[in-house]
Amino acid sequence: MSLLAQKTPEATAGSHEDSAAAFVPDQSRAERRTSYAVDDFAVPGGREEEWRFTPVDRLASLFQVAPTDTGKLTVDVQSPDGVTVSQVDPRSAGVLVPADRASVVAFAGEAQATRVSIAAEAELTEPVRITVTATDLARVNGHLVVDAGHHSKATVVLTHRGSAECGANVEIKVGDGADLTFVTVQEWDDDALHVTQNDALIGRDARLRHIAVTLGGEIVRVSTNARYSGPGGSFEGLGVYFADAGQHQEHRLFVDHEAPHCHSNVEYKGALQGDTAHTVWVGDVLIRASAEGTDTYELNRNLVLTEGGRADSIPNLEIETGEIVGAGHASATGRFDDEQLFYLQARGIPEDVARRLVVRGFFASIVARIGVPEISEHLMEVIDAELGAVPGIATEDVA
Amino acid sequence: MATLEIRGLTVTVDVEEGTKEILRGVDLTVKSGETHAIMGPNGSGKSTLAYSIAGHPKYTVTGGTVTLDGEDVLAMKVDERARAGLFLAMQYPVEVPGVTVSNFLRTAKTAIDGQAPKLRTWVKDVKASMDALRMDPAFAERNVNEGFSGGEKKRHEILQMELLKPKVAILDETDSGLDVDALRIVSEGVNRAKEGTDIGVLLITHYTRILRYIRPDFVHVFVDGKIVEEGGPELADRLEAEGYDRYLATQA
Repeated sequence: MSLLAQKTPEATAGSHEDSAAAFVPDQSRAERRTSYAVDDFAVPGGREEEWRFTPVDRLASLFQVAPTDTGKLTVDVQSPDGVTVSQVDPRSAGVLVPADRASVVAFAGEAQATRVSIAAEAELTEPVRITVTATDLARVNGHLVVDAGHHSKATVVLTHRGSAECGANVEIKVGDGADLTFVTVQEWDDDALHVTQNDALIGRDARLRHIAVTLGGEIVRVSTNARYSGPGGSFEGLGVYFADAGQHQEHRLFVDHEAPHCHSNVEYKGALQGDTAHTVWVGDVLIRASAEGTDTYELNRNLVLTEGGRADSIPNLEIETGEIVGAGHASATGRFDDEQLFYLQARGIPEDVARRLVVRGFFASIVARIGVPEISEHLMEVIDAELGAVPGIATEDVA
Repeated sequence: MATLEIRGLTVTVDVEEGTKEILRGVDLTVKSGETHAIMGPNGSGKSTLAYSIAGHPKYTVTGGTVTLDGEDVLAMKVDERARAGLFLAMQYPVEVPGVTVSNFLRTAKTAIDGQAPKLRTWVKDVKASMDALRMDPAFAERNVNEGFSGGEKKRHEILQMELLKPKVAILDETDSGLDVDALRIVSEGVNRAKEGTDIGVLLITHYTRILRYIRPDFVHVFVDGKIVEEGGPELADRLEAEGYDRYLATQA
């Protein structure tokens, strides 16, 4: 039984098809609509290409404009020297134009955006930490702008906790030559709904590491779109997710290569545990005719730990020029099954340790790549807790 | 000195048509230092015996006893049986994605011994065993059984046997799918383990060729779920010459 083969029927429905094999939504990903006007996007019914995996009936509230329940929301910002936090006109950054109903509704629901500016050439020694905590399914319209000045170096960690119906937009502007790591952590309570659009504009010779960590919430959908404003830019999109019974976790990426000599690398890894755990990963990459010298790779791996989980994984690559360095993708879904368990147990390894061994091994390489110690350590702790782990055996060479 | 004692073991498996009896009363005693060969035609229940002793959930024990030094093996979980000193080298070892051989071996050793092995001697032991089995050092960083050839999987099984030092090892058709060179290397590994640790070996095989490299003390002919004849190594030579037809005829 080949565990990384793409044969698991429920795990590969529609997976690994090079664009338009099973459906023809747009001629190109570039044609997807963007607008600030709510009425430009109909309320999704679930058959639309961008919503076809999402349980839209449970997201109805996030498709209608409503004010933020400010009384049930706290936003804590810890900003080291070199960082300015201010309230700004939502359209002032100009990086993000809503691309779906949830995004445009969140945009319309908030009169101001929170802007975190990192001074040009500043090198932060501590991360900027923004923690959003809500209670009682509070309606939250989030709008965060991260503006990394040219040649700055910084890490920004956005953490979501508590119970909310949160529609959000995040704009990330990476100045020329800047090096920004942006981490968005979804560690909501079990009943939270969260639909967010993260748009990044990467400057000349700049580098953005965008890291999505999704562990909690009933439905979490993170759409990340990256563009380049000049040549030589680099985008690294990393994601780690762990879906339990009843959770829907969806990550959509779109890397739009228009400037030449830019680099992108996307790697998402997720585990599913429990009945009806559902994860979706869609990775679109467009290499436009002008984007000569592009180098891009995207990878998604899923580990189905128990019966009843479903992982959808769809990489799409559109290439309009042959003058590139490289372009590729890979997607695979494997299962942790009874035979694996028997094999490990037959070597004396108790069941809980066996499960943890497999899951830690699966996540080890990507957790190491995150490179933000407080996130990496916390992540492995949470994963251990998810597995109901016991104190350990042979863990020192993972994580 | 360890003794694996099997008495009157009966085992069923669930099949589409209902429940099928595979083992029909197996009696067998394996002591430290002894090598027993179980030989029999395909479908006679040899592998079922191996997996039942190891505790695979697919098989249901309906009668009889299995003890290791008097301890009730059948009451133990799969991992407890391994920690008690049983080892099963599998015919079809499974892939474990994301877990390196190195991490797997160390985790298993820690579980079996109840404490982590001393790093320096452990690394040395692993390297020596891998060298002896002609395994490339890069092997240690590959994921368990993932993309291994048939021969690599079997060497990896014997590597585990050498390192985990069980009291009694059951080798389920370890010779299947091996070319002559690989068969010799794997057999040498088993012989080294026998010399080093006084292990009891239960060797399950269809063909006699592995017995040219691993000399059995006892040969048991297994037909239709039980042992029908027992003898010394000369019995294997006779089977080589005559095949199993004689036993199958008496069954019919």
